[in-house]
Amino acid sequence: MNSEHSPLSLHVPCPVARPGGAHAFEHLDIPAAGTVARPDALRPENELRDMPYQLIRVLDDAGVPQGDWCPGLSPDTLREGLRAMKLTRAFDDRMFRLHRQGKTSFYMKCRGEEAIGVAQSMALGREDMCFPTYRVMGWLHARGYPLDKMVNQIFSNAADPLRGRQLPILFSARNYGFYSLSGNVGSRIGHAVGWGMASAYRGDNNIALGYIGEGSTAEGDFHEALTFASVYRAPSILCITNNQWAISSFSGIAGGEATTFAAKALAYGIPGLRVDGNDFLAVWAVTQWAAKRARANLGSTLIELFTYRAAGHSTSDDPTKYRPQDEADRWPLGDPVERLSAHLQNIGEWDKQREALLDKQLDEQVRSAVKQGEAIGTLGQSKPPVGEMFEGVFETPDWRLEAQRREVEGEP
Amino acid sequence: MKSMTMVQALNDALDVMLERDPDVLTFGQDVGYFGGVFRVTEGLQEKHGLKRCFDAPIAEGGIVATAIGMGAYGLRPVAEIQFADYILPAFDQLVSEAARLRYRSGGEFWSPITIRSPYGGGIFGGQTHSQSPEAIFAHITGLKTVIPSTPYDAKGLLIAAIEDNDPVIVLEPKRLYNGPFDGRSDQPVSGWANHPDGQVPAGYYKVPLGSARIARAGSDVTVLAYGTMVHVALRAAEDQGVDAEVIDLRSIVPLDLEAIISSVQKTGACLIVHEASGYGGFGGELAALVQKHCFYHLEVPVERVTGYDTPYPHAFEWDYFPGAARVGKAMRAIGDAVVTGVSLK
Repeated sequence: MNSEHSPLSLHVPCPVARPGGAHAFEHLDIPAAGTVARPDALRPENELRDMPYQLIRVLDDAGVPQGDWCPGLSPDTLREGLRAMKLTRAFDDRMFRLHRQGKTSFYMKCRGEEAIGVAQSMALGREDMCFPTYRVMGWLHARGYPLDKMVNQIFSNAADPLRGRQLPILFSARNYGFYSLSGNVGSRIGHAVGWGMASAYRGDNNIALGYIGEGSTAEGDFHEALTFASVYRAPSILCITNNQWAISSFSGIAGGEATTFAAKALAYGIPGLRVDGNDFLAVWAVTQWAAKRARANLGSTLIELFTYRAAGHSTSDDPTKYRPQDEADRWPLGDPVERLSAHLQNIGEWDKQREALLDKQLDEQVRSAVKQGEAIGTLGQSKPPVGEMFEGVFETPDWRLEAQRREVEGEP
Repeated sequence: MKSMTMVQALNDALDVMLERDPDVLTFGQDVGYFGGVFRVTEGLQEKHGLKRCFDAPIAEGGIVATAIGMGAYGLRPVAEIQFADYILPAFDQLVSEAARLRYRSGGEFWSPITIRSPYGGGIFGGQTHSQSPEAIFAHITGLKTVIPSTPYDAKGLLIAAIEDNDPVIVLEPKRLYNGPFDGRSDQPVSGWANHPDGQVPAGYYKVPLGSARIARAGSDVTVLAYGTMVHVALRAAEDQGVDAEVIDLRSIVPLDLEAIISSVQKTGACLIVHEASGYGGFGGELAALVQKHCFYHLEVPVERVTGYDTPYPHAFEWDYFPGAARVGKAMRAIGDAVVTGVSLK
């Protein structure tokens, strides 16, 4: 060590609050709703460079829309969004209980993030493709994916559309614009870029929407995807779901102390927007903005969806071991479902009675789907034929897969 | 028929497919205007346009990820990874994504992509331009791995790879690009011009994946080889006067098991050669298959000649490389053992 210089010290980021302590959000800079001006979606990127450091909010704390990002949605659209968000939550809660009853092996909830999948699903077209993470199931619920099919996948039973090959909730639903999920984080964000490039190559006008968690932005996949998105002006909306937690690692471990995640866009020369992810209207508005830009051949937008993972990472996780118990309830941007409901009530398009009725209907819908799934069989009670295990490895199985199939099926 | 080098034959395959199918496009580092560091894509951008053949950032994972996304859309991208030594940053995309997409999505999405990559040593490329990574791909179910040894096969296999609906890695033995190099590093290599397999038909044809070819018919010993080692094995047989049957596997996944079995059952002896390091190499899989299917026909144990278990050393390239002398010695030993009935040491 050179004595001319003082000793260095290593910085290891730590969250402000840990279990045993109280929630602490004073370090978050949360502006009032409506304070961020909406630039025209076709503005050049170099005029948008302050955007990644702001936070686009539409609904204020009283559920009143503010500012020029308000997307002006009809009450029917808002009610449809609320229904899909509540369905997402009701379905998750039921599946979580089924896991505790041993009816499936694993589950992950979207709690607190329902506005994201639902609003973006509704804001984009049927020919567009979403490259999901596992916490945007609202995408499917908003598009009416059959619940019983979902249950069958979660049970890996004989009617599982993915033939017992995937962990629960790692869906694929091509006809619903929902690309195949994987448990490897971050590895499909580049696919969203390639898919968008292919649309442009063909001269189509379909766009892709790719998700990645804030924790996974540390992966090389993210930076390579942004490089390609920038280089080829891919019509792909790239979304970082910043839900503050990657299992037990707070966003600071992914670089969140140093800058915003939206600001990662700056070095790639693409617009970066930062939005209140618990605000259905704001999420819709920024998605629409980025979609308009992409369809105008101006390429990608990076969107940071600022939200909070209100549930554990998965059924295998216990968040009380690493974050204050009250943190989720005290999240300063509130609960997305309650906020949209409050907004609808404010404009006289919703009330407690209708909400209670909707909750009852959704509960029945979920129960009925579970019943159908249970009739076929829960995990282990029912499976697709075992020989199918060897299908789909290649388009046509080769001799070894054929021989192994014969062995498993017990043929001579 | 036209006399072509392997580079020209690969270029011709891409040209034919770009002409034939608007969903085919090719990209990679330096492949656009410049035409690739080995010239495989030369002239294609000029002929077919910028969007059909273009340069990619130096990000192998990004190249393969982008290709997978394009494939999911319905295109047939052909991505070049400049050297097989540089394919490892894309390994996760190949293993966790390309190879599994069809399976995990219940057949909703698949990956009809082709990854071309020059591989193998013999060009004084040191450890970063010489490796043979075929075994690690062969181990990954869902990937196909193809290795031509002649211009004729290179064109036909590449076209078959592009039309295949599964991800195919085409490893191109770069030492064979300009001639049928037989391992004699001290002599100038003869070109493809006078080689029968340097005669390449014009237009479209396919060499099906999973079909081996008999490069030399013989009765003493079966030699299983692919890529550069096919020509080394032919040279060794010539030098040693051994009547070897040299099987050019052409693709290791899918593998032409029938061709292997029928040859080894005929000759009763099997020598496996590859340039990659031996331990954990693809030769081990071949030896296990031969043992399983041909045990009662074998007169001597299966033998392997491979690169040594070191990184590819720059100054000792020709010591590492399993040349005709080492292959020939093993052939002789097998021949002697068959004659005397003494097992190999």
